[in-house]
Amino acid sequence: MSAVRLLCALLFGGAVTAVWSAELPVPAQIEFNRDVRPILADNCFSCHGPDAAHRKGKLRLDVRADALAREAFVPGKPADSELVARVRSPDPEEVMPPPDAHKTLTAREKLILERWIAQGGNYQRHWAYEPPVKATIPAGAHAVDVLVARRLAQVGLTPAPSAGRRTLIRRLHADLLGVPPTPAEVTAFVDDPAPDSYERLVERLLERPQYGERMAIGWLDGVRFADTIGYHSDNPRNVWPYRDWVIASFNDNKRFDRFTLEQIAGDLLPDVSQEPRVGSAFNRLLLSTEEGGAQPKDYEARMLADRVRAIGTAWLGQTTGCAQCHDHKFDPITTRDFYALGAFFADVKEAAIGRREDGMVVATPEQAARRAELHAAVVAARSAVTARADVLAAAQAQWEAAPPAPNTPRPVLTVLQKTAAARTARERQTLQAHFRTHVSTVARTELAALATAEEQEKAYTESLPHCLVTEATPARRAVRVLPRGNWMDESGEIVAPAIPAFLAPPSTGASAGDATLTRLDLARWLVSRENPLTARAFANRLWAQFFGLPLSRVPGDLGAQGEPPPNGPLLDWLACEFMDHGWDVKHLVRTIVTSATYRQTSVATAEQLAVDPANREHARQGRFRLEAELVRDYALAAASLLSPRVGGPSVKPYQPDHYWEMLNFPPRDYVPDGGEAQYRRGLYVWWQRSFLHPSLLAFDAPSREECAAERVRSNLPQQALVLLNDPTYVEAARAFAARIVAGGRTPEERITWAWSVALQRAPRAEEMSTAAALWAEQLAVYRADPGAVEVLLATGASAAPAGADRVELAAWTHVARVLLNLHEFITRE
Amino acid sequence: MSLFPVLPSTRRAFLGRVSQGVGAVALATLLDRSTASLAAAAAPAGSRGAVHPLPLPQKAKRVIWLTMAGGPSQFETFDPKPKLAAMHGEAMPESLTQGQQLAQLQGQKLVCFAPQFPFAKFGKNQTEICSLFPHLGSVIDDLCLVRSMTTDAINHDPAHMFMNTGAQIAGRPSMGAWINYGLGSEAENLPGFVVMVSTGPGRSPQPISARQWSSGFLPSRFQGVQLQGRGDAVHYLANPGRVTRGQQGADIAAINSLNRQHDSFVHDPEIATRIAQYELAFQMQASVPELTDLRGENAATLARYGCTPGDGSFASNCLLARRLAERGVRFIQLYHRDWDHHSQLREELPLRALETDRAAAALISDLKERGMLDDTLVVWTGEFGRTPMSQGNKGTVGRDHHNKAMSMWLAGGGVQRGLVYGATDDLGYAAVDKVCTVHDLHATMLHQLGIRHDAFSVKFQGLDAKLTGVEGARVLADILA
Repeated sequence: MSAVRLLCALLFGGAVTAVWSAELPVPAQIEFNRDVRPILADNCFSCHGPDAAHRKGKLRLDVRADALAREAFVPGKPADSELVARVRSPDPEEVMPPPDAHKTLTAREKLILERWIAQGGNYQRHWAYEPPVKATIPAGAHAVDVLVARRLAQVGLTPAPSAGRRTLIRRLHADLLGVPPTPAEVTAFVDDPAPDSYERLVERLLERPQYGERMAIGWLDGVRFADTIGYHSDNPRNVWPYRDWVIASFNDNKRFDRFTLEQIAGDLLPDVSQEPRVGSAFNRLLLSTEEGGAQPKDYEARMLADRVRAIGTAWLGQTTGCAQCHDHKFDPITTRDFYALGAFFADVKEAAIGRREDGMVVATPEQAARRAELHAAVVAARSAVTARADVLAAAQAQWEAAPPAPNTPRPVLTVLQKTAAARTARERQTLQAHFRTHVSTVARTELAALATAEEQEKAYTESLPHCLVTEATPARRAVRVLPRGNWMDESGEIVAPAIPAFLAPPSTGASAGDATLTRLDLARWLVSRENPLTARAFANRLWAQFFGLPLSRVPGDLGAQGEPPPNGPLLDWLACEFMDHGWDVKHLVRTIVTSATYRQTSVATAEQLAVDPANREHARQGRFRLEAELVRDYALAAASLLSPRVGGPSVKPYQPDHYWEMLNFPPRDYVPDGGEAQYRRGLYVWWQRSFLHPSLLAFDAPSREECAAERVRSNLPQQALVLLNDPTYVEAARAFAARIVAGGRTPEERITWAWSVALQRAPRAEEMSTAAALWAEQLAVYRADPGAVEVLLATGASAAPAGADRVELAAWTHVARVLLNLHEFITRE
Repeated sequence: MSLFPVLPSTRRAFLGRVSQGVGAVALATLLDRSTASLAAAAAPAGSRGAVHPLPLPQKAKRVIWLTMAGGPSQFETFDPKPKLAAMHGEAMPESLTQGQQLAQLQGQKLVCFAPQFPFAKFGKNQTEICSLFPHLGSVIDDLCLVRSMTTDAINHDPAHMFMNTGAQIAGRPSMGAWINYGLGSEAENLPGFVVMVSTGPGRSPQPISARQWSSGFLPSRFQGVQLQGRGDAVHYLANPGRVTRGQQGADIAAINSLNRQHDSFVHDPEIATRIAQYELAFQMQASVPELTDLRGENAATLARYGCTPGDGSFASNCLLARRLAERGVRFIQLYHRDWDHHSQLREELPLRALETDRAAAALISDLKERGMLDDTLVVWTGEFGRTPMSQGNKGTVGRDHHNKAMSMWLAGGGVQRGLVYGATDDLGYAAVDKVCTVHDLHATMLHQLGIRHDAFSVKFQGLDAKLTGVEGARVLADILA
C-alpha cells in the first residue's frame, strides 16, 4: 500500500491527529467530538468555555443551548452565522480568535466549523464523561484483536506477524516482572511444543513475587510515593510499608475496587485491620513542610489542593489543578467542585506544618505476638508494684516530709514546695516517678522489674516498622472556596464534601443530604459503575505498560485537552471488561498479554515508521527503553548480584559524594548500604524528593513531588555516563565478568555465554569479532599495567572470586560493561 | 531447536579483523573530536529552538542568574531608608502591616529596625548602596538597580519555585529549561542550562532542591545540569578505576558498533540517538574537566574574582560562569545559599557581602572587557526581601521574610546602565513606585532574548502553560536601553 493511499485511509477512517491535520481534507460527515471539539477547545474555550469568571462577551461555546442563546451560530446556515463571520473576518477588531490570543485557525479548521454548522451544529457530550460501552465480540474471538483489527481495517493497515519466541518471553518478563529471563527459561519456553505454552508461561509469571514489584512502579508514580516530605528540609518520614502494601496487593490480586477503598478510606472500613490502615497511608503521601515561618492555613490549602490533584491523576485521569483558582477553562469542573472534592479529606488528622509523627506500628503476626508478650510482662510487673503500693506510699510520704536532698531536680523541687492539696495530677505524677525511680529504698526489686519490662516493650516497639496512616478526626477542618486560590481570603463559602457536579451523583453512602459524605463514599463512587472515568483511566495506563503508549495519549487528562483515543471502542471494552470481572487486575493484564496484538513483532517496516511512527494504531508492538528501576535490575541480574528479597525499608545504593550537600535542617550524610541491601531492586531505592538518586533521575524516574500518570522517556548523554561509570554498573560489569570467565574456556565460548545471559541469544559473527577484539585490546592494556587491574576490581563492595586470573577478569569486565550498555540490553522489544 | 547455534567464526578469523574493525574507526573519530578546539566546540551547533524565527530582536543571547538564596535584606544592600533609621525602636505603623502575610513574626510586636550599615554614593549618578558592597559600587554605572521588586511567596521553598518557574506548584519547568526549549543550545558538548551551588562557611545554608532546575513537563534534555563543586563536576563523569581515555573510547566504540549492527536488524530510530549520546558523553568527559579547570586562568583574573581554583566558592563559580558563557551555554544559574538572616544580621551579612561583592562585580567588568556584557543578561536577586521590622526571637536581631519589597539588579543584555528603577515607601515596607512582579521580570528577560512571553506556551494539563503565568505580565520597557 502506498503512503498516500494509507494517509487517505487514515483520514477517512477518522484518524485525524495533530500530526497530519494540516494537510488533511475535511471529512464529509463532521463528528463533533472528533472534528469540532478539538478546534473549539484549543482556540475558543479559554474565553468562551466553562470558566465563568474569565468568560468574554457572556458567550459560552461548550454548551449548545448557551451558544444558541447568544446567537453564536444558526444551525444549518453557516452564511448567517456570527461564528463563521468572525473566524473569517479580516478585521483585527472583529476576527476570532483575537490577535492577542496568539491563536490562528487554519483554512481547514474554518471549513470544518462551517460544514459542522451546515450539518446542523450538533454537539456530543465529551467522550470520557459518557459511560463506556462494551462492543459485541464474536464468540471465541479475542476482543482486543477484534477491536484492533476493526480499527486497522478502517485505516488500511495490517497487523504484523508474531514476534519470535525468544522475544516473547523476554517481553513478558520485562512487562510482567521487570527482570530478564535466564537462558534456561528462554530455552525451555522456546523448546516447549505445547499449544498453550504461552498462556501457561503468562500464568507462571503472574504468580511470581516480582509481578507485584513490577506493577507497583507505575502506581507509586501515580500516588507520588517517596521517603521524604518534599519541601525545604525534605526530611524523612515513615511510609515504606505502604510501598510493600502496594506490592502485596498486586501479588494477591486484590480487586481494584478494594484497593481503592483501602487507600482512600481504609480506616473507615467496617472490617478495618492493619492491612487497610497501611493502605490508607495514601492520604499521607503528599508534600509537607517543616520550614520556620510557614503558616498552617497556607499549607492546609496546599495540602487540600495536592489531594484533589492526586485523586484526579491516580483515579479519574482528569486534571483538576486549574480549578484551585478558577473554574476549569476546558472541562466542566468548577472551583466549587474542586474544594468540595478536597472537603472529603478534611477529617484526615495531621499537622499542617512541622515534623510528621512516627505513625502506626506495622507488625507481622510474629512481631505482634512478641509485642503482646512484652506488654503482658509490663502489666504483670505493674501489678507487682501495685501490690506494694501501700509500702511505697508510706515511704514517699516520709520522703516528701523530709528536707529535699541537694541534688533534687528543679521541677521536682518546685512541686515539693507546693502543699499536697495544691498539686495537680501531673505534678503528683512527677513526684511519684522521681521517688520511685531515684529515691525509694523499698520495693526495689519490683520497681526495677517494671522499669526493665517497660524499657523492653518500648525498645521493641520502636524497632518495628512504622507507617504514617490515616486517622479520622471528629474535628473536621472547615473547607472554604478560596477565591483565586488565595488562602488569606476567608470570604468564600464553606463547602461540604461532594462529587463533582458534572459527574453522576453518588448512589452510595449518605442519603438525602442530611449526613456529610465521607471518604468511604468518595472511594465507593470512584469505583462505581456511575463513574465513567476510573476504569478507563486505569486501563489506559495499563495499556501503556504493555505497548509503550496509552490508548488515549495523555493518561493524566481524559478531559477536553486530552485526546479522544483513536481506538475508543478498545479502551471502552477494556474498561467494561475490568468492571464486569469485579475489577480483577490480573484478568485485565492476562487479557491484554494473551492477545495476538500484544504478541506482534516490534520491528517496524519502513512504511509503518513513515505513516504511524508512534505506533498509535498497533499494527506492530512497541519498542521502548526500560524504566529507570529496571535498568538497574537488569544489570544486577546479569551480574547475579540482584537480591530476590521482596519489601522492606528503602535502601541506599552507592551515590556520588556530596550529592546531598544542598540539604539542610539538618545537614545529612549519605551512607550507602552494605551487604544484600546494596543489591535490591530499583523500586526499593531511597526516594529523596529534592535529590533523587542521580542514576534513577537520569533515566527519567520522577521526583514524585507531584502525581505522575506517565514518565517521559528521554535519551540523554547522562544515561551513557551512568551505565559506563556509576560504581553500581561498574561493579555489575565486574561481577558479570567473573561469571563470564567461569562460563566458558575459550574467548568464543565466553562471549557466547555472555550474550546468552545478557541478551538471551547467541552473538552474531560480527558481534563476536567486535567483542573479541575489545577483549584482546583491553587484555593487552592490563597485562602492561597490572596495577590498574586492582583499582578496577576494587569497585563496589562485593569480592572478586578467589583464584581467578585477575588480569582476565579486568579485561572481561570491559566486555561485560559493553553488554550492559547496549541499546538492546536496556530496551524492551 | 537450539537457542545458541555454533558460530561460523573461528578464533583466527575474528582476531584477524581487529585492526580494521568498525570499533577502531569509530574510536579514531571520537578521539579526534574530543580534542577539537574550544572555538569549534562553541560554534553554533545549529540546534534550533521551538521559537523560530524569533519574533523580536535578540538583545541577549544568554543569561547568568545569581541567586542569593535565603532572601537578602534590601536595607543592608540596595535600598537606603533614612526614615527607618529615624524610627528605630518605634512601633511599625499598623496602617502598613495590618492584615498582611507574615512568616516568623506572626503574632509578635512589630518594631522598626534601622538599616545596620551606612550607605555610600557610587558612580556618576551618585547612586546610594550599602557600603558593604564597594566592588558592586565600582560597577554601579553598568547596573540597573530595581528597588520595587515583589513576589507572591513568603517561605523559601515556594518562593524559589515561584522565582524559577513562575508557579508555586512543583512540576513546572524552570526558566533555564524554558529558555533552552525556546532558543535551543549553542553549546555543542555542554548542557544548555548549567547550575552551580556554592556552600560558604556560613552557619545555616539554605537547602536547595534539584526541583529548582527541573525541566518540569518539558523534555528532560532541557533540565539544568548541576556542576558539582567537589568530586566529579558532572555525575559519573570520571572513568572508573584507572581506565584511560583510550580504553573508555574503545569500549564506547564497541558499544556504538554493536548498536549499529543491531540497528541493521531492528531499524529502531532511537538507536541513532543513543549512539550520538554516547559520543556526546565521551566528549563531555573531556570538555567538562577542561571547562572547570581554572588553573589556566592567569593570576590577575583569579585575584580579580578572589578565588582559588578548586575551592568551590561563589567567586570560583562566577569565573566559571564566564567560561560557560564563552562556550555558548544559554542559561547559567549560581546559588549562594546563606542570606536568611532572621538573627545575627549585623554579624553575618557583612561576611556574605565579602563572599559575593568582589566576585559579582568582577563578573560584570570581566564580561564587559571581553565584549560579552552587551549580549549577556546578568541578574542578581534573592527569592524575597526582608522586613523593616526587627526579629528578635531567635537570638540577636535580624529581619523576617518579606514579599512586598525586595531589591535586585540586572546588567547587560540590552538593559539600561546606571539606572535606579522603582521605589519603596519611606520605611521600605512595600514597593510603591513602578512595582515589579516576578512575572514581569521573566517577561522582560524573555523579551531581551527575542521571545514574546505571552505567545510562548506549552500545552500542559489543559492549559497553555507559560513561564509568565495566566494573570498577565508586562515587559519592563522603561529599563531597556
